Amino acid sequence: MTFVDQLLQFILSGITQGSIYAIVALGFTIIYNSTEIINFAQGEFVMLGAMFMLTLNITLGLPLPVAFILSVIAVMIIGVLIDIIVISPIKKPTQLSLIIITIGASIFVKGVAMFVWKKDYHAATPFSGEVPISIGPAAITPQALWVIGITGTVLIFLHIFFEYTNTGKGMRACAINPRAASLLGIKVKRMVLISFGLAGALGAIAGIIIAPITFANYNMGLMLGLKGFCGAVIGGLGSVPGAIVGGFALGILESLGAGLISSAYKDAIAFVVLLLVLFMKPTGILGKSESKRV
Amino acid sequence: MQMPDKKKYFNRNFLYVGTLIATVILIPYFLRNDYYLHVLILIGLHAIIVLGLNLLMGYAGQISLGHAAFYGLGAYTSGILTVVYGFHPVIAALIALLFVGIIAYVVGVPSLKLKGHYLAMATLGFGIIAGIIFNEMKFTASHLDLPMGGPEGITDIPKLYLIKYNLNIDQILSLKLSDITGVSQVVPNLYAFNIVLDNDLKYYYLVWTFTIVILILSSNIINSRVGRALRALHTSETAASTLGVDIQKYKVSVFVISALFASIAGSLYAHFIASVGPSSFGFHKSIMLVVMVVVGGMASIWGSIFGAAVITLLPEVLHVFEDFDIIIYGLILMLILIFLPEGLTRGVIDRVKGRFFK
Repeated sequence: MTFVDQLLQFILSGITQGSIYAIVALGFTIIYNSTEIINFAQGEFVMLGAMFMLTLNITLGLPLPVAFILSVIAVMIIGVLIDIIVISPIKKPTQLSLIIITIGASIFVKGVAMFVWKKDYHAATPFSGEVPISIGPAAITPQALWVIGITGTVLIFLHIFFEYTNTGKGMRACAINPRAASLLGIKVKRMVLISFGLAGALGAIAGIIIAPITFANYNMGLMLGLKGFCGAVIGGLGSVPGAIVGGFALGILESLGAGLISSAYKDAIAFVVLLLVLFMKPTGILGKSESKRV
Repeated sequence: MQMPDKKKYFNRNFLYVGTLIATVILIPYFLRNDYYLHVLILIGLHAIIVLGLNLLMGYAGQISLGHAAFYGLGAYTSGILTVVYGFHPVIAALIALLFVGIIAYVVGVPSLKLKGHYLAMATLGFGIIAGIIFNEMKFTASHLDLPMGGPEGITDIPKLYLIKYNLNIDQILSLKLSDITGVSQVVPNLYAFNIVLDNDLKYYYLVWTFTIVILILSSNIINSRVGRALRALHTSETAASTLGVDIQKYKVSVFVISALFASIAGSLYAHFIASVGPSSFGFHKSIMLVVMVVVGGMASIWGSIFGAAVITLLPEVLHVFEDFDIIIYGLILMLILIFLPEGLTRGVIDRVKGRFFK
């Protein structure tokens, strides 16, 4: 393998991993936009998606598409429940208390998952075979193609949802100014609920499509969630295109860094990039600069 | 902000500190089992970190999701310097303190320009990077020829000693004494030049001395000009800076102070447990520290001790749940934030007062 071939291989696997980060980052962004909450439980949605899929598809033997849809719906409901049970009852929400409560929710969900699925690593079956497909000198697994394809589809659907449906437009209005939106008759509370459901669904999709590539485990959500968040911040917190760009950029950087510099420090790369972005341009690559309101 | 009557306040504080000191001195006499002493030492260590973290979170209103890193840096520096390079533990701890202070300053200056989520993420990122470095670092202890570091961490850390001056003095003395008495018995413990904290009871008193000193220090910080500045910037940074409070300077100072507290706890931990591994200082630990602050009550000095005690004791009490205790942690965090956002101590006191003293 020449250096260029290697590079191509790294970029391909970077795009696959980046797809997952992009979806997770979008989950963060959607909730952040409607509530200004950083939902630390986002990573657990990913884990839950993978775990539900495993149970429904492998343990219960449901056909793949049915298991897929049911898993997404299940996690969506959990997302909504988190909003109803955990977020809304807080009387005087501050950024600090909201950060801590979503951490509490995430620890709780993780604990329950450990109770239900134990600490084992579970292998999921790839959607369509395991024979790698060669692209020029590099190779890609069919599952990686599924990951990239499904991510693309999700992005298109989200774009249509936010641009052309009333609910999507309402959510965007809430993101800009919740007070003004409520004056215009948009039910802000409902939008928040929908955003949690949507974030749950996105997380679940990410978990389902990544499970056959990395083993699924009750603890998988933490790193995926945090890296998805890194992606969101790198792209610019609150920006939908930013989340996508940030997610993919992070995936590729990480893959290149692991391949060319050191695989032991692979996980550190995302956070080093995160710190660099935060220290130099906290609003991210595509984020708008914030003005301070007094 | 209304300040309580100073004289009355100090009297009350003396009473509290006195009660704590008495409790700390007396508790060991009621313990049936050395294991409880072990737990009490851990509570003291956690309390030291939580006191610092509470200054940062409760009083200055700045979050840190990476404080376990400072704890770990303190422990690792002490461990490495004593084991690999043969430093004296006290010197090692002082170097650790300096090192952690510098790191905290370097991380704090750019991080504390950020607010809310961004600050949370920056400290979290720092904590995770530190955790990965702990996990990947490798050493060879030259004189022992042992590879160290990595997931197993640093082992064979010596017990804390102040003076270890083996002049064989006991041998000389015992010889002379046996000459005189005619009994060939080694005179016990005539280590005139040895001050080694080799049992848990001594270590317990040492750790809690540190805890109490740091408690008094924290309470002095809060009631000083710095404390007022911190509370002012917590309420409104803009207002505070208009009134001439250099908010960045105060935020960084309190961040460094809290890191130094964590470093002290780390050094004490290293010599107590005798080995340090990366798993003790990861993201999970940082979260536990935040939980301790929240449970004890933000902006509550005494709550810090209480929070550290409750969360350290919880796994001991919840043996039935084995490692499902994280469910309980999550539940506690959520319940407290929903129902007692002021923390357990003040929340309960306020409720009781509200009910009975209307």
